[in-house]
Amino acid sequence: MIGAYLVLVIIISLSLFLSRDRRLSYFLVWSFVIVQWALTIYVYNRKGETELIYFTADSLGIIFLVILSIVCIPVFYHSYVYFNKHRNVPRERGIYYAATVVLLGSLTAAYLSNHIGVTWIFVEVTTLSASALIYHRRNTRTLEATWKYIFVCTISITLVFIGILFLSIAIHQEGLIDLSYKALVANATILNVFWLKLAFLFIFTGFTAKAGVVPMYTAGIDAKDKAPSPAGALLSSVLLNVGFLGIFRFYVVIGNTSIIHWANNILIMAGLLSIFVASVYILKVKNVKRMLAYSSVEHMGVVMIGIASGGLGYYAAILHLILHSFAKPALFFQVGQVYRIYRSKSIYDIGNYFTYNTPGALVLLLSFFVITAMPPSGMFISEFLIFRAVFEAGNLWLLVLVLLLLTLIIWSQGKNFLKMIFVKPVGFKEENLEKISPTESISQFVLLALVVYLGLDPPVEMVNLINESIQSLRPK
Amino acid sequence: MTNTLLITLIISLIYMVVANRLYTYAAILSFQGFVLFGVSFIELTEISLTNLIFILLETVVFKAIVIPAFLNYVIKKNNITREAEPFLSNFISVGVVTAIIVASFLLSNTIQDDQLKRIFFVVSLSALFTGLYIIVTRRKIITHVMGFLVIENGVFVLSLAVGNEMPMIINTGIMLDIFVSVLVLGIFVNRIGDVLKEHDAEQLQQLRD
Repeated sequence: MIGAYLVLVIIISLSLFLSRDRRLSYFLVWSFVIVQWALTIYVYNRKGETELIYFTADSLGIIFLVILSIVCIPVFYHSYVYFNKHRNVPRERGIYYAATVVLLGSLTAAYLSNHIGVTWIFVEVTTLSASALIYHRRNTRTLEATWKYIFVCTISITLVFIGILFLSIAIHQEGLIDLSYKALVANATILNVFWLKLAFLFIFTGFTAKAGVVPMYTAGIDAKDKAPSPAGALLSSVLLNVGFLGIFRFYVVIGNTSIIHWANNILIMAGLLSIFVASVYILKVKNVKRMLAYSSVEHMGVVMIGIASGGLGYYAAILHLILHSFAKPALFFQVGQVYRIYRSKSIYDIGNYFTYNTPGALVLLLSFFVITAMPPSGMFISEFLIFRAVFEAGNLWLLVLVLLLLTLIIWSQGKNFLKMIFVKPVGFKEENLEKISPTESISQFVLLALVVYLGLDPPVEMVNLINESIQSLRPK
Repeated sequence: MTNTLLITLIISLIYMVVANRLYTYAAILSFQGFVLFGVSFIELTEISLTNLIFILLETVVFKAIVIPAFLNYVIKKNNITREAEPFLSNFISVGVVTAIIVASFLLSNTIQDDQLKRIFFVVSLSALFTGLYIIVTRRKIITHVMGFLVIENGVFVLSLAVGNEMPMIINTGIMLDIFVSVLVLGIFVNRIGDVLKEHDAEQLQQLRD
């Protein structure tokens, strides 16, 4: 089935690339969505089975795959709206949709892969396909963003490869050759600690480019700013998940060895620095999309700290990641509408949004509560659990620092969001304003409702999946 | 023989940081491709035919012929002025690269491991850091791509040191990915040339907070 899926992805993306006909393009896109859902349901029902040697549907992969399949529907809908309202050149549209399909297909393969080398290959494919999305508008600024994104991501992925090589030195010393995650976890305790440490450093640093954590977070910021909003939604939700997955799968290997505390310290440092960087930039940033991108850096930092704290933190971190992947796309879709009214992304130019687009302003207001993790947002639950885990791990100084920084972030985000919604903008002419249909906001309401529901009343299946994915980290 | 080849590789790194013309850079990269083929041919003794074809493809065809030719094409097409324009003088560059090589020697001597081929480790680390040094100290975008290729060569040597035995299909995937990313980087150098008419990385500083 996965083989058939990959072949279909290639066929669909090729025909999208070549197709100049509007109807055919949209038919192909919807057939991709059907294929994607067919695979998701198929994989969900065959948990733990291996296909084509390198693909295993484990719990974590299934969680992220379901998120991807849910998020991709509104992404395609808003891309459709985007092309109706902006320049719609058949060739550019073809490249855009082909790149989106390749991106989603390679993410799916990366989620399900059970071999560190296969994950590497598909993560590199995501860089290449995402760059086509970022370059979509074809001007100097997108060119700059794309160049930085490809360059930083390619170097980072090379670092991951070096990490894999160090790992295979450790594997060879024990006379093994298997680099699948299962074998790595099973043999973790006998591997040489020195090489494992080196491998962890390189793999972690490399995947931070995708996960949006310090040190390599920079490339993602420009990319999310310059990509069209629906693509930005993909970059700041499902693509972050693949970076996290790369780190987490190797962290599980480390989790069974004696260097787990050392690795935790690295995660805490990276997480704390991410939150710090995010709070500094959110305080001064004027571009609303960049503010959202830095907010992703902050949330990923919180997730890293949750993982490092252990215990309850593992569960809470993955829950936080799930909720974040639904909340951020909603915001990006909404910012796309804001841009259509004000023709600007600067917070100075945006204001009084309530008068011009009431449902959209409601989305913005609700999502402000959701991403700053105020109740009834589900993220309140997950962040609260993470802080409890930090407290139980005895890192009081860390807890105080993180809470202080988060307060700064909430304050400056509140200032910006409320300004956009209620304060009258300076020098804004109310002529020829575009009227935005309320139906365009439905998907955002659904996604935000999902965040609230999944946080407050998590379904049993989801809880089980999360618990299974962190099972091997639990003390025996 | 392997040692001679690897030492030649290190010397080519020193030559690279003092070279002034971009065509020289491309020529050195091509030369390194051939050296890498020599090293891997000698080193992988129990080589099967498919493996031989694979390595031939990766080193001689890609690293030594296709990519340097592509770089030359990009330089010519965009009328990039032929000098590398480093920020620092050649004298300092030689000093820094020598320091990198010495440091790699010292570092690899601290590793307690009998199976590890130390000279490979030294060469790969030197290439890695020299590549980073080239990226940091050169002004042109195309030299950044060349620095990245030096890093790639370093990684290739490291994978020989490991006697990397990943399954064939994964190796092929990795090789294809690297090749495509270099092509994409080259295409974007072309685009930047069309749009900006200047090839300085300083032109790419519009996006900031």
